[in-house]
Amino acid sequence: MNVMMLLDMARSGHGDRVALVSGGERLTYAELFAAAGRGAALLRDSGARHAALLDESSPALPVLLFASSWAGMPFVPLNYRLAAGELDALLARVEPAHLVRGAEGRRNFLLHALGDAETTQAEWGMDPDEIAVLLFTSGTTGPPKAALLRHQHLVSYILGSVEFGAAGEDEATLVSVPPYHIAGIASILSSVYAGRRLVQLPAFDADAWLHLARNEAVTHAFVVPTMLARIIDALGDARDAELPRLRALAYGGGKMPQPVIERAMRLLPNTDFTNAYGLTETSSTISVLTPDDHREAAASEDPALRRRLVSVGQPLPLVEVEIRDEDGKPAPCGARGEIHVRGEQVSGEYLGGGSQLLADGFFPTRDAGSLDEAGYLFLDGRIDDVIVRGGENMSPGEIEDVLLAHPAVADCAVIGVPDEQWGEAVAAVVVPRHEVDPNAQRDELRDQLREWVRERLRSSRVPERIEFRDELPYNETGKLLRRVVREQLAAST
Amino acid sequence: MPQIKPGARLRSAVCATEVMVVAVPKDAEVELSCGGAPMLDVGAEPTGDPPSPDFAGGTQLGKRYVDEAGTFEVLCTKPGDGSLSAAGAALTIKGAKPLPASD
Repeated sequence: MNVMMLLDMARSGHGDRVALVSGGERLTYAELFAAAGRGAALLRDSGARHAALLDESSPALPVLLFASSWAGMPFVPLNYRLAAGELDALLARVEPAHLVRGAEGRRNFLLHALGDAETTQAEWGMDPDEIAVLLFTSGTTGPPKAALLRHQHLVSYILGSVEFGAAGEDEATLVSVPPYHIAGIASILSSVYAGRRLVQLPAFDADAWLHLARNEAVTHAFVVPTMLARIIDALGDARDAELPRLRALAYGGGKMPQPVIERAMRLLPNTDFTNAYGLTETSSTISVLTPDDHREAAASEDPALRRRLVSVGQPLPLVEVEIRDEDGKPAPCGARGEIHVRGEQVSGEYLGGGSQLLADGFFPTRDAGSLDEAGYLFLDGRIDDVIVRGGENMSPGEIEDVLLAHPAVADCAVIGVPDEQWGEAVAAVVVPRHEVDPNAQRDELRDQLREWVRERLRSSRVPERIEFRDELPYNETGKLLRRVVREQLAAST
Repeated sequence: MPQIKPGARLRSAVCATEVMVVAVPKDAEVELSCGGAPMLDVGAEPTGDPPSPDFAGGTQLGKRYVDEAGTFEVLCTKPGDGSLSAAGAALTIKGAKPLPASD
């Protein structure tokens, strides 16, 4: 198995169709296949062991993804928002890598791949155990983990969830998630196999998204909840805001606030909404709340049915989901526990960290959730309390470490608090080293701490909310009770 | 007879058909044929003979073919003039379960 097999089938089945629209660039499946062959030759000659992309979405993304699979090396899309030091540390872990970096690297790579260079003469490998993609997850503690997805995982995911050539000739899907997000990778494979034109929006902006959706007659799209909130704000209540061609809108990658999805369904009554839940380690989607589920829940007066609007639906046919308690035993219906998942698309493996699958083949996701009587899955934060802000996972520990290094901070706790715009916002509870007078001094210290974090981490890590306390709640073994911190914060809002 | 296990790729001896094995029943011996002739390893040379008239319905790219029990399944990765059978019984196209696009 190799993801190149998917592109090869697409080339045979619908080679003349447009595969990709990116800015002014258009590529058919046959052209994408040829470009991958030239890219593969370049990669093989480079002596590299990995193919890395440090850039926003462009035609270089699908070409490099398939070229690296053809050349038999893992594809490593990197987060271009990382600070220089963080990035160097990640690059050091995938050396020697052929790096396509920024606008210039992209231009050079595409000149080669779309030019008249020699294509590779070698066939792609069909070893299902070869690594196809390495994606760095944020991780909960310590340095980011490189989740590895083998060809068997990605191919199993596509064969299990997409029907070959099922898309109509008019169908186009708009993708605005970055290349280093699993949905950015999965969308390429899904659309190639279905024969659905992929329209790239490199930098998300609600007006640009709407403009592109209308201009390219987009029929399908995937967004993270934060994007959907902005899109419906931009749509407003104007009648000319309609998107008559948008048949299907899938969302995932974070918690969707109920008011946002309700408003979206009201504004776009003819659009099918799908909530997709998945992880990098599971090759994207493992459960879906279908369009029918959305409509049934929205139309119901029964609170239990209505609540399904914020569920992530039921597992895909070839995926099993179980909720287990702290002892690893199945949790009763409705009880919160850790989400476990099993299936051929589930990798659960990290570079250098080995497989995290349990003896029975289940992967403990570290996500917390519950199942209702009908088997609908509800997410309930992270077992490890990772903050998910606008689809970006961040570890509270990373921000706490920085705050604790500030001379005025004796202790602190960072948690995510519900936020309509971002899903979650960063909140910090700080115990000052010296008594701080209310009002003026507190505001001054807040500003100092925000600046302190901004200088050391990315701006998304800067706490939106900072509260001061005399002490933090700990249990008898010295473990911080984040749940209590969360309750205290909610009570003081 | 090439080994038939999930992920294995086979080609027809008598037409252009190629398949990838998706699922195999546990502990079962499967003899997979196309055009009435046993399928070969993907790298093998076809015989050049035409498909048997009894198995000449053709295969379709991207379709999944299953046996009657639904336990043996292959994916057609290259279409051809022969049709697929296991132990003499024709394989049929597996109905697609429509799932909403999710990424």
